[in-house]
Amino acid sequence: MTMRLFVPRDAGAVAVGADDVALALERAAATRGIAVEIIRTGSRGLYWLEPMVEAATPQGRVAFGPVSTTEAAAVLDAITSDSPHPLRLGVADEIPWLKRQTRLTFARCGVVDPRSMEDYRQHAGYRGLERALSLTSDAILAEVAASGLRGRGGAGFPTGIKWKTVAQTSADRKYIVCNADEGDSGTFADRMIMEGDPFVVIEGMTLAGIAVGATKGYIYIRSEYPHAVAAMNAAIAAAKRAGYLGERLGGSGHRFELEVRVGAGAYVCGEETSLLESLEGRRGIVRAKPPLPAHKGLFGKPTVINNVLSFAAIPFILAGGAKAYADFGVGRSRGTMPIQLAGNISHGGLFETAFGITLGELVDDIGGGCQSGRPVRAVQVGGPLGAYFPRALFDTPFDYEAFAARDGLIGHGGVVVFDDSVDMSRQARFAMEFCAIESCGKCTPCRIGSTRGVETIDRIRRGERVTENIAVVEDLCATMKFGSHCALGGFTPYPVMSALKHFRQDFGPAPTGLQAAE
Amino acid sequence: MTAPYEPWDEKRGADIIAEHAGLEGATLVILHAVQEAFGYVPEPAIPMIASALNLSRAEVYGVFTFYHDFRKQPAGRHVLKLCRAEACQAAGGDRLAARAEARLGIALGNATADRRVTLEPIYCLGLCATAPSALLDGRVIGRLDDAGIDALVAEAQR
Repeated sequence: MTMRLFVPRDAGAVAVGADDVALALERAAATRGIAVEIIRTGSRGLYWLEPMVEAATPQGRVAFGPVSTTEAAAVLDAITSDSPHPLRLGVADEIPWLKRQTRLTFARCGVVDPRSMEDYRQHAGYRGLERALSLTSDAILAEVAASGLRGRGGAGFPTGIKWKTVAQTSADRKYIVCNADEGDSGTFADRMIMEGDPFVVIEGMTLAGIAVGATKGYIYIRSEYPHAVAAMNAAIAAAKRAGYLGERLGGSGHRFELEVRVGAGAYVCGEETSLLESLEGRRGIVRAKPPLPAHKGLFGKPTVINNVLSFAAIPFILAGGAKAYADFGVGRSRGTMPIQLAGNISHGGLFETAFGITLGELVDDIGGGCQSGRPVRAVQVGGPLGAYFPRALFDTPFDYEAFAARDGLIGHGGVVVFDDSVDMSRQARFAMEFCAIESCGKCTPCRIGSTRGVETIDRIRRGERVTENIAVVEDLCATMKFGSHCALGGFTPYPVMSALKHFRQDFGPAPTGLQAAE
Repeated sequence: MTAPYEPWDEKRGADIIAEHAGLEGATLVILHAVQEAFGYVPEPAIPMIASALNLSRAEVYGVFTFYHDFRKQPAGRHVLKLCRAEACQAAGGDRLAARAEARLGIALGNATADRRVTLEPIYCLGLCATAPSALLDGRVIGRLDDAGIDALVAEAQR
C-alpha cells in the first residue's frame, strides 16, 4: 500500500527547507523500497515546527517537526515502524496549539492539496456556493450582513454594507477586487491562505460577484509573493476546468471571470483607492473619497474591494449560515480573526481564534514569549502603522474597539514581538522612514511630514534639544494624523506616538524639573 | 542565478507590448513582462508602451518610476534581497543586513563593482514567523543567522 505523506509547499516552510525535506523523504523511501505519495499542502501555521511532515495513519495524520534533511530518513523509519521519535508531535489535529484555535477560515489550510479541486470539494468546498445558488441575491447580502463580518484588511468596515451599496448601484459593469497586497510586516495570513487554500478565495469572490451582479474579478497580489501568485493562477485554471469559473458556473446561469494582477513593490497600493489606480495601470496615487469605490471604483464602475481574508470568510458564512459565524466574537467584532504571531517569538505562526482573546494570552501563553529567551518589552500590533504596546497594556482584548480605545489598531492582525534589546526611538524613526519611502506623494503631511519626522527623531537620538524636538514630533504627528489623505500618513503617528508615550526613556533624558534642595 | 536575460531588441519589445496591450489597465503588466525578458526596462520601451496604449510618455514614465520593482538598468547577476521590516528587525535583521553589507563592501541598494551581486532591501516577504528572511534570485530563505547570511553572500558571489 502506498504511504501518504504531507509536506507543506507554503513559502514559510520552503524558506526553512521543506522542498529539500520532501526530496530527502522521497529518496529514503526509494532506497527502502517503500511506495510513498508526497502531497504538498499549505502550512498549518505552526511555523516553529516547520518543516512539519505528516503521515496518514489509521489514527489520523501524525505530525513530525521541525524535520531537517538529515533526519528525514529516521522520521520515515519511525512512521513505517510506528515507533517513537524525538520529533514526533502526535496526531496533528490534537496538537494543543492547533486544537485551541477556532479554524473557520483556515479549516482546510495545511490539510488539503491546494492544487486539487477534488480535495477542496471533499473538504466542504463550494458548499457556500451551492447554498447561495438556491438564494436570491438579496438573501445572500442579508446573510453577509447578519454575520457581522467586518473588513479584515484593517479598516473593519462592515462587509455587508459595502456589498449592498454595490448591489444597489446600477451600472453596465461591476467589479470584484481582492486586495492581496499584504504589505504589513508581521502579517502573512493572506499569503498562507492563497498558497494553502486558494479555492476558498475564489469561492468567496464568486459569491460576491453573484451577490452584487459583477462578472469580472481581479486579485491584486504583491510581487513579493511569487508563490501565492503561482498558487492562485493554478487554482483559477483548475476552477475554470471544473466549471466553477466562466460561463454558467456551477451549472447556474451566472458568469464570473477571475484574473491575477501582480503589484510592483509599492506598499501604498494596499490602500484600496491606490490599488484601484494601480490596477488601472497608473501610479498608485490615493484617490479622494467620495466617491466611494462601491459607487465609482475600478474603471469608474461600482466595485467591491475586500481583503483576501474577508472573501475567504464568506464561503463558511454562506454554507453554515450567518449565525454560525456571528456566534463567535465579542461586541461589534464578530466571528474569528486569523492572528499572526511574528518577530522575536518562540511559537510564531497563524492562530485563528474568536475575537476577545487578550494580547497577553497571545504573546506569553500562545506565543511562548521571546525566542531569544529575553523578556518581552514591546509588541507592535497591526503592521507598520500599528501602535507599540508595553506589557502594561497586555490585558487589551483583541477587538477593533478595544484597541482603538487605547490608541492602537488591530489592522490585519499582525503581532510583532520585540525583546528588551529593542531601542524604541529607533523603531519610531523607522516608522517615519518607512512612511517617507512609501508615501505616494499626493498629500503634504505624509510626504513632507515623514521626512521631517526622520530628521527630528535623529536630532532627539543625538541628544539635541530633546524636549523641544519631541514637541516638534508630536506636532508633526498631529498634522499627519488629521491632515493626511489616507491611512499611510494618517496612521504612521500610531507607532511613533505610542513609542514616545510608553517608552519615553528611549528618547533621551526626560525633562528635569527644579532640583529639590538638599 | 537569475534567468539569463535577452539583450534589448526593438522587435522583441514590440511583440511583448502587443501581446498584452489589449488588457484592461495594461501598463504594469507590460512593464513586468518587459523587465522579465530583458532584466530591466530599457528606455526605448517607454515611448513604445505609450504609443501602444495611447498614453503620453510622461504617464508611462511616471508609472515606471513610481514602483520600486522596475529597474532602469540591469541588476547584478544575482539579486539578494534582505527583509528590513519590523518582524525581521525584532529577530536580528539589522545586524544581518550590516553583516551582508560589510561582506559585500556595498550598502543596501547597490551592486558590487564586478556586477555579480545586487543587494537590496525588501519590506516584508510574509515570512515573519521564520524571521529574519531573505530572497536570493526568487528563492526564499528564513531563520537566518550569521552563518546563514555568510553562506548566502558566498553563494551570490559565485
